[in-house]
Amino acid sequence: MDSAALFLSRIQFAFTISFHIIFPAFSIGLAAWLTVLEALHLRTGRSAYRVLFDFWLKIFGVAFGMGVVSGIVMAFQLGMNWSVLSRMSGPIQGPLLSYETFTAFMLEATFFGVLIFGRPRVPPWFYLFSTAMVALGTTFSAFWIMVNNSWMQAPVGYVVEKGIFVPNDWTAINFSPVVWVRFPHMLLAAYLTGAFCVAATGAWYLLRGRFMAEAKIMLRMGLCLAALLMPIQLFIGHLAGDYVHDRQPEKFAAIEGRWHDEQPASEVLVAIPDEASASNKYAISIPVLGSLIGSMSFDSKEVGLTSFPRQDWPPVLIPFFTFRIMVGCGLIMLALAFIGSYLSLTRRIGRYRLFLWATFLSFPLPFIATWTGWFTAEVGRQPWAVYGLLRTADAMTPLLTAEAAVISLVIFAIVYTFIFSFGIFYIYRLMRTGLVRPMVTPASAAVPNRPLSLAGEDARLLAEAGE
Amino acid sequence: MVTYWVSLLAISILLYVLLDGFDLGIGILFGLTRNEARRHAMWGAVAPIWDGNETWLVVTAVILWGAFPAVYAMLMSAFYLPLVVMLSALILRGVAFEFRYKAERMRWIWDFSFFGGSLVATFVQGMTVGALVEGLPITSGQYTGGDFGWFSPFAVLCGVGLCFGYTLLGACWLIRKCDGVVKAAAYRQVPYLSIGLLVFLIAVFSFALAENLQIMHRWIERPYLLFFPAIAALAAIVLAISVERHRDGLPFYMVALIFLSAFGTLAISFWPYMIPYVITVEEAAAPHSSLAFMFWGEGLFVYPLMLIYTVISYRVFRGKVRATPMH
Repeated sequence: MDSAALFLSRIQFAFTISFHIIFPAFSIGLAAWLTVLEALHLRTGRSAYRVLFDFWLKIFGVAFGMGVVSGIVMAFQLGMNWSVLSRMSGPIQGPLLSYETFTAFMLEATFFGVLIFGRPRVPPWFYLFSTAMVALGTTFSAFWIMVNNSWMQAPVGYVVEKGIFVPNDWTAINFSPVVWVRFPHMLLAAYLTGAFCVAATGAWYLLRGRFMAEAKIMLRMGLCLAALLMPIQLFIGHLAGDYVHDRQPEKFAAIEGRWHDEQPASEVLVAIPDEASASNKYAISIPVLGSLIGSMSFDSKEVGLTSFPRQDWPPVLIPFFTFRIMVGCGLIMLALAFIGSYLSLTRRIGRYRLFLWATFLSFPLPFIATWTGWFTAEVGRQPWAVYGLLRTADAMTPLLTAEAAVISLVIFAIVYTFIFSFGIFYIYRLMRTGLVRPMVTPASAAVPNRPLSLAGEDARLLAEAGE
Repeated sequence: MVTYWVSLLAISILLYVLLDGFDLGIGILFGLTRNEARRHAMWGAVAPIWDGNETWLVVTAVILWGAFPAVYAMLMSAFYLPLVVMLSALILRGVAFEFRYKAERMRWIWDFSFFGGSLVATFVQGMTVGALVEGLPITSGQYTGGDFGWFSPFAVLCGVGLCFGYTLLGACWLIRKCDGVVKAAAYRQVPYLSIGLLVFLIAVFSFALAENLQIMHRWIERPYLLFFPAIAALAAIVLAISVERHRDGLPFYMVALIFLSAFGTLAISFWPYMIPYVITVEEAAAPHSSLAFMFWGEGLFVYPLMLIYTVISYRVFRGKVRATPMH
């Protein structure tokens, strides 16, 4: 086994999956937002909801398409770089990911076509139903991915036979308590991402004095939803922490920056952890809070990293900081959501330009929180690929060379940067162009298979193709 | 259960080859003309459906992983570099669909990435199959060939052959879908492409004989295999006649039949092995509990729905593409 190849494979996986997660995180939330808009339009008949729907549908199309394109790589990469993992856990992870492809593909691809080109052809209730089905499809996709990842974090329902993990209890795998904490955590993260992107867009238009009426709807709906979800998210995040505390004590200790057993334990707020000396530099900590967070008691004993064998330690620096960045982003979002909802509901939000700027600039926060959350979960799981069972170093394709890994990493980096730049540029152009009222219905050809196609003039081409 | 999943896998691969085959082929033909009107019509013939076609590749990959994890692990790691290249080609080509009509001065980039991506992806797919036929260096379940273990003149030959094959399929799709200059050009191209494919098949066959490839013994053991080349020959004759008489609908189905018989030949000469002489279907299969879990949900319900949905989406886009100018 080549340690350079291992390092490069890990970088490559981190890079491709970090790139990929941006788009699902965004499009899951947007799909739900579109469903809400369509339902509101149907109920109230207000044209503003329809204008907003058409605008966000275009952006959804681009994000969805980029997610599809970058997702194809994921279906291959596990076998390419991690063949031992995919062989050993294939009987469990393979079926889960095949369910993901089958169920998500079915719903999304089928009903997405109706969304783009079907409005003139189907009754309004069916159009709403299609929107909801796309949202459901993206949710299914997230569900299977979380089941799969949760199995890697806390393996259940398997026996080891001839060196492979054979599933013997699918109920345990699909309904593991870990899944049902982490799946809502991810789903809420996606909804919050959608909410903040919508609110930030509203703030931007308001600052530039464009589309005032719709901008206020975006701000109000985005911020109020966030105000509602953010506290729930913090609570579920705490539950996610509980599973880490109980099932992955090394990860928990690394996140907490706790090197030695403590009773009662203090909580390190900020510090610079130093692995070599197994201690924190410049630490600011609060006594007893660590026990309270870890075990909901004032005098529990909390485990430190030095109680575990050195070879089982995760890297400390990354989970320690990424966790704090995630929580920090969450708290800023909570504050923005609360203040914004108050201002918005009292109809004063247009007057506070500083707040509008803050909201506008907040759109990267949910993405950063999603990324850092995943970094905490994934880096904190190291050195294990399947926690406690298969080490990452042993999971790699045994004869993968560093040269091959360098070549693939460079190629993926170039290709992704290239398409990402154009995708972002395109979304920016859609945002700059803004809302279109009265709306123009796209030409009436049903194009069931093309995620990105609605986003521009080639819709006309498609219409012609379909007679 | 194993049989069921091997059948679904076979159907998915075949669907992928036939469906993405023609749109990759059109991508290659696209690069062979500079005429904007023709390019535009070609684009219209594939734009609405390429995405669904390509999804069958992902379906194939996940069925392979879920139902035959050992083979998935071996193949993915053995074809490491080719897969990286193929995936990048498919990404760039997919993005081209979205950006061509948004770009003005940059259009040549997307034209090139559509053509180049199609060509490269096709070549890699053909080469992969060639390497499989020839036999991969695998010892005790582990690929040991290094970065370029899949590379051989035979594999390259198969890569070139598939380019001819897909392009022929693409030309026949254009005959079905288009009118006017595009159709006329496709009719002119079909004979050359067919001859190219024929030359390639003869080359592959004699190469296999000369190299005394293990897989050739299958033909002596199993004379009924000749059934497939017979079908292919028949299809080739009908193809020639239908091109001669300008029956627009037929050529595509005939080429599809040729592909089907080539696929059947390969599948049966591989059987019961999944990777020839390395691992059999039975050995590769995931434990019963995995196959059953997949069977009772996606196998029994979702997969048939996906097939129905594919048929519907093709029905929506039936008929000829009108060659109207874009701008």
